[in-house]
Amino acid sequence: MKEKKAACRNVNENPCNMCMPMGGILALKGIENTMVVLHGSQGCSTYMRRHISEHFNEPVDVGSSSLNEKGTIYGGEKNLKQALDNVRKVYNPGVIGILTTCLAETIGEDIGRFAEEYLQEKNGEEIFLVTAPTPGYGGTQAEGYFFTARRILTCLTKKSEKHNKINLIVSNISPADIREIKRILNLMEIKYTLFPDFSDTMDRPFQRPYRKMTPEGTKIEDIRKMSGAPATLQLGMTVEDALSPGKYLAETFGVPLYNLPLPIGLENTDRFMEVLQEVTGKGLPDSLQQERGRLLDGMIDSHKYNFLGRAVLFGEPELVYALTRTCLENGIHPVVVATGSRTAKLAELLQPYIEAAPEPVQILSGTDFAVIRKYGEAAEANVAIGDSTGRYLEEKAGIPLIRIGFPILDRMGGHRLLSVGYTGTMAFLDRVTNTLLDSKLKPYRSRMYDTFYRKAT
Amino acid sequence: MGEALVVSDREEFITTKGRQKQPIKCDADSIAGCVSQRACVYCGARVVLNPITDAAHLVHGPIGCASYTWDIRGSLSSGSELYRNAFSTDLQEEDVIFGGGKKLTAAIDELVGKYQPKLIFVYSTCIVGVIGDDLNAICKAAALKHEIEVIPVQSSGFIGNKSAGYRAACDAILQLLQPTGIKKANSINYLGDYNLAGEAWIIESYLREMGIELNVVFTGDSSSEKLKTATQASLNIMQCAGSTNYLAGKMEELYHIPYIRVSFLGLQDTADSLRQIAAALGNEEAARKAEILIARESARIQPVIDKYRRKFAGKKAAVYVGGGFKAISLIKQFRELGMEVVMIGTQTGRKEEYETINSLVADGTVILDDANPAELERFMTKQGANLLVGGVKERPLAYKLGIAFIDHNHDRKHPLSGYVGAVNFAREVYSTLCSPVWNYLPDHDRGDVV
Repeated sequence: MKEKKAACRNVNENPCNMCMPMGGILALKGIENTMVVLHGSQGCSTYMRRHISEHFNEPVDVGSSSLNEKGTIYGGEKNLKQALDNVRKVYNPGVIGILTTCLAETIGEDIGRFAEEYLQEKNGEEIFLVTAPTPGYGGTQAEGYFFTARRILTCLTKKSEKHNKINLIVSNISPADIREIKRILNLMEIKYTLFPDFSDTMDRPFQRPYRKMTPEGTKIEDIRKMSGAPATLQLGMTVEDALSPGKYLAETFGVPLYNLPLPIGLENTDRFMEVLQEVTGKGLPDSLQQERGRLLDGMIDSHKYNFLGRAVLFGEPELVYALTRTCLENGIHPVVVATGSRTAKLAELLQPYIEAAPEPVQILSGTDFAVIRKYGEAAEANVAIGDSTGRYLEEKAGIPLIRIGFPILDRMGGHRLLSVGYTGTMAFLDRVTNTLLDSKLKPYRSRMYDTFYRKAT
Repeated sequence: MGEALVVSDREEFITTKGRQKQPIKCDADSIAGCVSQRACVYCGARVVLNPITDAAHLVHGPIGCASYTWDIRGSLSSGSELYRNAFSTDLQEEDVIFGGGKKLTAAIDELVGKYQPKLIFVYSTCIVGVIGDDLNAICKAAALKHEIEVIPVQSSGFIGNKSAGYRAACDAILQLLQPTGIKKANSINYLGDYNLAGEAWIIESYLREMGIELNVVFTGDSSSEKLKTATQASLNIMQCAGSTNYLAGKMEELYHIPYIRVSFLGLQDTADSLRQIAAALGNEEAARKAEILIARESARIQPVIDKYRRKFAGKKAAVYVGGGFKAISLIKQFRELGMEVVMIGTQTGRKEEYETINSLVADGTVILDDANPAELERFMTKQGANLLVGGVKERPLAYKLGIAFIDHNHDRKHPLSGYVGAVNFAREVYSTLCSPVWNYLPDHDRGDVV
C-alpha cells in the first residue's frame, strides 16, 4: 500500500468533493423545524440547494445573506441580520443554522458575535441559533457535515439528568439507510436519539397542504438531553476529534463514545449489533439473526462472481471505508480507494485489512478524478463504486458505475438506496454482483467467438 | 397586490397585470434571507463561456465553485471535449492568507503542459476578489510565456448578480474577437445559444436550407478559432438577450455588425425569426426558401401539435425561468398549445423584457422578478396553475404541490428549439400535465396554510 497525495499538482481536475457548507446544510436539515442561512454571496446557497434538491428530489430552502460589494468591504453584519429577520417572517423556524462561506471567512466575519447580538436585540423571542464557521476552503462536505453536527450539539445540548436513550450519530447516509437503522433499533426495542435525522425531512411523503417547514428531524428536546445518554454510538471512524460530535459529548458531559464503521458489510454490521447489545444489554431478535443468515447465504451464492470485481471506490471517507471493507470480505479487490477529503485516517484504518490483499491497494486522499481515473485504468478496474460525480469513469474510461453516496444527480432514487444493515448490505452487494455479471454475460457470445472461433479458423 | 406579502421589501418586485400601473422593479441585488433562486456572478459568466469547447476553463478559487459547475450544461460539441472538465486551483487556507497568484501561474503551466489548449479562461471567484490576486497580470504573463490566449474573467461572486457575470463573459469573449478585414455576405453569427441537446445544429440546418451560412454560435459548439472569425459575419442574430445583449451591442459598435432579436422556441417564433433573418440580410432567395421550409415543417408539425392541444383545454401555466427572452417566448408557445400563462417570472429579466411580458399576458397574470420558493408556491396556488416551467430547483417544489413540470434549464438533454423542439415541448407538456399520476393525489386542502 502506498498513499499518494495530489498536493504536488496545482490543478484539481474534476473534483471528488464539494465544500464544507454543503455538508453543514445536510446536518442542519436533520433537525426539526430548522432553517439554514449561508453567510456569503448568493451563488453558494443556490448551487448547494440545486445539488441537494436534485439528489433528494425535495424542495430545499436555504437563505443567503446575499453579500454584495458593500457588505464585503464594510462587513456583512447588517445583511446577515436582515436575512435572519426575513427567514423568520416567511418560515417561522425554531432553529436557524448560520453557516459561513469562503467569502465571509476571508473577510473575517464573526458569526458567533452577530448571533449573540441578534438574540439580545430580539430579547425574549423564542429562537435558537446555531453557528458554524464552514469556509469552503476548510474541508469537504464530509468535514462540514460532522463539524456542523458538532456545533449543533455545542449550541443546543445542555447538562441533563441521566436517561436510557442512547445517542446514535450518523454520517451522511441515505434517508433509506437512516430508516433502516431506526428499524433495527426498534426491533431491538432500544430507546435512542438519532442525530442528525434527515430521513423524513429530506424524503417526505406527498401531503396536502404543502408545508415549508417540517416537524420531522431530531427533536430539539432530545438534542438538549444527549448529554444524559448512557452512551454515544457514532458512525464516524474517519472523523477527526476536533470535528467529532461524539467526542464533544464525551469530553464535555462524559458520555462514553463508541466510534463505529457504517454498518455496511457483514463485519461492520456485526460490530454495530455487538455494540448495541453491549451498551443496552438487549439481545439480537430472531428476525435480525435471520437477516444475517440470509446475507451470509447470499454472499456464498454470489462469491465467485464477486471475485471478478476490481473496484474503484471513491467519495466521503466514512462511506469509502465501510464499502472497502465490504468489498474485501466478498473477494472484490479494491484497486483504488479514494476520497477528496484530506485525511490520513482512511489509509491508517484500512491498513490492517489490506495487508493481506492479494494485490496492492492504492489509497488516495485529497485527490480528484484525473488521478482516480489514471490509477483505476492502470489497475484494470472493472467496476466503480461511488456517487454521480464518478460518471466520467463510466463515460470516458468505460468502467461501469454503481451509484451510492451523495450526490446522485443522474439517476432517480439515490436517496432511496438502501445499503446498511444485513438487509441493506445484501441489496448493495446484489447491485455490485449484477453489474459484474452484466459485464461477463453481455459480451459473452461475441467474445468467445472472437477469441476462439476466429482464431481457430 | 391585494394581499400583503410577508417580506415587504419584495412588494415592488411583484405586479399583477391590469391591477397595477407602476412598472415592476428588476435588475437589483437579491434581498438577504429571501431565498432567491439566482446564482452568482461567477455562475453567469461560467454558463455563457462554458460551451466553448476547446477552452480550458480554470476556476481560480476554492473547490466548491468548480464542483458545482462541472459540466452543468447539456451543451454538445462536434470537436473538443476539453470544456467538460472542471479545473480549479482548489485554494486552501494558506493560499487565502498568502495569496494564490503563484498557484495560479503554476496551474496554467500545468494545464498547458498536459492539454496544450489554445485558450484558457481564468475565472475569479469571491475570495480572489477579496485577497486581490492580480488576475490580469498573471494571465497576461502566462499568455506571453505560452503563446496562447489566457483570458481573465472578472466574476467574483459578490460584485453584482448573475447579469454581471453575463457581462464579464461577454467582455472575455470580446478580447478574443479580431478584426479580419473580410466581410462575408449571407453569413451570420448566432448569439445566445448554447447548443443544448444540439439546438444550434438544428437552427444551422434551417439556415443552410435557406442558403445562409452560420458563421459562429456564441457560444454553443464554438472554439477559439471559430470565435476569432466572428467579425466576418454580416449579421448577428441574438436569442438569449439577457446573456448576449451587451455583446451584440459591442459588436455593432466595434465591428459594425448589426443585430436582430430572434427566438426559435415555438412554431410562430421560429417562422417569424427565419423570415426576419432573410429580411435583415435583404436576401429574397433566402426569404423564398424560408417560406418553403416553414410551409413544409408547419404542415408536418401542426397536426401533431393540434393533437396535443386538444388535451390541454382550460389548463393554466406558470413560468419561472432565468431570463426574459425565454419567458416571452413561452407565453406565445403556451398560446399555441391553447394554454394561458397565469404567473410568470424571471431571475434576471430586464425592464424592456418585463414590458413585453406585461403586454403579452392576460389581465390578472402575476409577474415576478427574482422570486423565491415561498412566492412561487403562493402564486402558483392562488392562480390555480396546473403546470410550472422552470429549472432543477423549482421542479421538486412543483411536484410537492401536485403541479406538472417542464424542465427548461440548461442541463436538459432534449432540444426545445425549432420545429423538432416545438414537438418535444408539446409532448413534454402532455407527458406531465396528462400523466395519470395526478389522479392519485388527495384533492382537498390544496391551499398553502403554513
